[in-house]
Amino acid sequence: MFSRAYRAVITLPPLLWVAAFLLIPYALLFCYSFWSVSPDQVIVHSWSLDNYRELFRVDVYLQTLFRSMWIAARVTIFALLLGYPLAYFLSFHAGKRKDLLYQLVIIPLWVSYLVRAYAWKTILGSDGVLNTLLQYVHLTKHPLEFLLYSPFAVVLTLTHIYTPFTFLPIYASLEHIPRNLVEASHDLGASPFQTFWRVIFPLSIPGVLAGATFAFVLSLGDFLAPLLLGGPSGIMISNIVVSLFGAAYNWPLGAAISLCMLVLVIALLFLSENLEKKWSFR
Amino acid sequence: MATSTESAITNAARPGTEPLLTIRNVAKSFGRNAVLRDISLQVAEGEFLTILGESGSGKTTLLRIIAGFESADSGEIWMGGERLDPLPPYRRRVNTVFQHYALFPHLTVEENVGYGLRVAKRPKEEIASRVEQALAMVKMTDYARSKPARISGGQQQRIALARALVNRPRLLLLDEPLSALDANLRRQMQVELKSLQREVGISFVFVTHDQEEAMVMSDRIALLRTGELEQVASPREIYSRPATAYTAQFIGHTNLLHAEVKDGVARCHSLSWRTGFRDGSALFSLRPENIRLASATAAHDVVRFRAKVRHQAFHGATELLQIECADGLALSIRTASRENRQGELELEFSAADAVPVRESPERN
Amino acid sequence: MSAGKRTARESRWLPWHAIAVFGFLYLPIVTLIVYSFNGQGVGGFPPRNLTLDWYRMLFADDAIWTSVLNSLLVALVAVGIALAFGIPAALALDRANFPGKAVFRRLVLLPLILPGIITGLSLLMLFRQTDVKLSLVTIVLGHGTALISVATTEVFAGLQKLDRAQEEASLDLGANYWHTFWRVTIPNLRLSIIGAALLIFTLSMDEIAVSFFLIGRDNTLPLEIWGRLRRGITPEINAISSIIFIFSLIAIVTWYRLRVGAEGQPQITGELLET
Repeated sequence: MFSRAYRAVITLPPLLWVAAFLLIPYALLFCYSFWSVSPDQVIVHSWSLDNYRELFRVDVYLQTLFRSMWIAARVTIFALLLGYPLAYFLSFHAGKRKDLLYQLVIIPLWVSYLVRAYAWKTILGSDGVLNTLLQYVHLTKHPLEFLLYSPFAVVLTLTHIYTPFTFLPIYASLEHIPRNLVEASHDLGASPFQTFWRVIFPLSIPGVLAGATFAFVLSLGDFLAPLLLGGPSGIMISNIVVSLFGAAYNWPLGAAISLCMLVLVIALLFLSENLEKKWSFR
Repeated sequence: MATSTESAITNAARPGTEPLLTIRNVAKSFGRNAVLRDISLQVAEGEFLTILGESGSGKTTLLRIIAGFESADSGEIWMGGERLDPLPPYRRRVNTVFQHYALFPHLTVEENVGYGLRVAKRPKEEIASRVEQALAMVKMTDYARSKPARISGGQQQRIALARALVNRPRLLLLDEPLSALDANLRRQMQVELKSLQREVGISFVFVTHDQEEAMVMSDRIALLRTGELEQVASPREIYSRPATAYTAQFIGHTNLLHAEVKDGVARCHSLSWRTGFRDGSALFSLRPENIRLASATAAHDVVRFRAKVRHQAFHGATELLQIECADGLALSIRTASRENRQGELELEFSAADAVPVRESPERN
Repeated sequence: MSAGKRTARESRWLPWHAIAVFGFLYLPIVTLIVYSFNGQGVGGFPPRNLTLDWYRMLFADDAIWTSVLNSLLVALVAVGIALAFGIPAALALDRANFPGKAVFRRLVLLPLILPGIITGLSLLMLFRQTDVKLSLVTIVLGHGTALISVATTEVFAGLQKLDRAQEEASLDLGANYWHTFWRVTIPNLRLSIIGAALLIFTLSMDEIAVSFFLIGRDNTLPLEIWGRLRRGITPEINAISSIIFIFSLIAIVTWYRLRVGAEGQPQITGELLET
């Protein structure tokens, strides 16, 4: 029903914009990763694999990448452990308060990321709220130092930030389960526990995958929480990229690392999309 | 009986009337799926034509091609002296009543009805008076300021009709407009719609899958089957003279008799009757109500036979009996209701009521 | 579901778990607000000497307010860009077929899930290659581009609910494509568009990862806060954050009312993350 002109008008402008501001920049990232920097800090436009060799030669890059993945994995697991039961409770047992509670999960999402990370810093610091509280009630005599400037602080903060993100798709997938399936399962003699494992959980897997992907990918690329709360032991891969683009001034090497991240992320998205399809029966 | 050239003639508008719409050799496929194959059809000025078919027969696609929402792969559509098919929908003097009405939820009843006039930039006073007339015509004046969500299905239906007719189209297309209404309201709307059509004198092309609805309302019925026209004729003719086995079965109940014709006599099991049909095997349609209990006097060209009642289904004024002859031939007959028919009956039918029909080949 | 079938065990621990999660989610926010009134500054338990001093200091702090204005400006223009390209993109995905459509779809939506650092860096390289000086303009371009994904997702979801017959009816009644777009398509997508606009605005106000790389001389609010955090903890940050929180809350409640009034259960962010 839509004429050729109509389709051209809706297609061309976004296509051109996306080409200019997404496609070309990604292509540039790709190109940069094969270029190099001369000693007097000029970008040399000659093609080589040196940056990628460097990446595998110097331990710190791969080590940091693996640490970042380990942090992201922990964040994902904690976010699922917090988010799934909450989503299940809201969807199946919250009754009339469901809408209100749903809004309560959403509200922290609208509070600035930076502000929430900062709030954790004020809580976890050596003279922060938690340590002074612990001393106030005489549980500890000295401030607990591991709370701030550690991978623990980073995992805690990122979990806090990504739990609502994980919750949302899980909740949506639970809400989409027709309630008569649950009734049919009970009718056929399954206990509530069996019904959960055999009916509800399998049907919510696409939501779990979507939520987990969000939490993992976004925390993997984070550089602000580690800068703010991570300390030297909480450095993540993006922090290296930031310093390569800043003080260290080696854009090509930074681009190579970013490209590796991009490929990793896209591979993960692809994997999760395929798994979601496999578990989606609609 | 009818070859393809003959059928092209039957699809023409009634003789003596000017064709308003001419559809010529229209075909349409979606991917590898042929939805319409070589459709030719005319609609006369002031005619009520129904396109009847099962779901998947292509009837809605044909309607959408006339409206301009889909384009045909080949063929032409003419209205008056003007080629219609290259025009976008908004340049066609054709309006549509949509299946679920498609009333704009953000506009009031009045604004919905006035939409076409407003986009055509008619003067304000003219819009106001024509909208008022249109609302009066469908008896909805009181609801002018309501939003569509606030009125009932039957009322929405009237608004959809007013919204289309207010633009004085030359042709009105109706896409199963009554399908969402319950049975009683539907029967009432069928009558109203038909009398409204006579009143405004605009040609209607009405799409439905309900053969009763088609019979009640139409001047002519175009029966569509898997993308091809099976028969185009008046309700009476299509019922009493079905051209094909499919038509005979789709419109009302029928008995299909596989017979062998030799020297002007058709034989099926132990039954035989005189026919003008050529020699060879042939298929006949015999309506259940044309088989009756045998009368005392034997008339000319009447076939008599005996059969046992196997099953009796009560339908109110009439009942449908499943009967079986001694040689195993099973038939349905419709008679006036009577309690407890049992045992053997003496039955008869007129040879003229056994209508030869073409086989309907399997198609996908 | 019928409440009668739950097990005793489930019903015992699930509410406690929920309470714990809510506690975890709200602890930092409550702390933030409480300590914005704490005379001793940030930290120290219990809070004491309630005061409005930090708010007074905040209102006298020109740098912060300049950055707030910058952020508002950036967010408004970003909403404009994201809608101007996101709405057509959603329409194109819904109703046009062109070579590379699948790639286009993934590309448009990628910034939604991609860590901001990658989008930020690639744009930085683009501006460097084309000798564009970094400024609020480059930040606007970055936000607009990244947030087209939000507009597209929201509007696309709205289009799925829009009955195609609505637009057909309009064309049928003589309105051309342009009129149909403004009189039928846009009004029908009203809620999706308002929702997208609010979301884009909030996300842009809060955005830091992309801005981090594209910043010129003028700071946006998150970058101004970031700069101060690097220097140490100051209670003015609590004050400004509390104010932003209250404003966000008002925005959410408004949005919620609007949506509930129009079509019941609001699920704005849910739809976004579902696809």
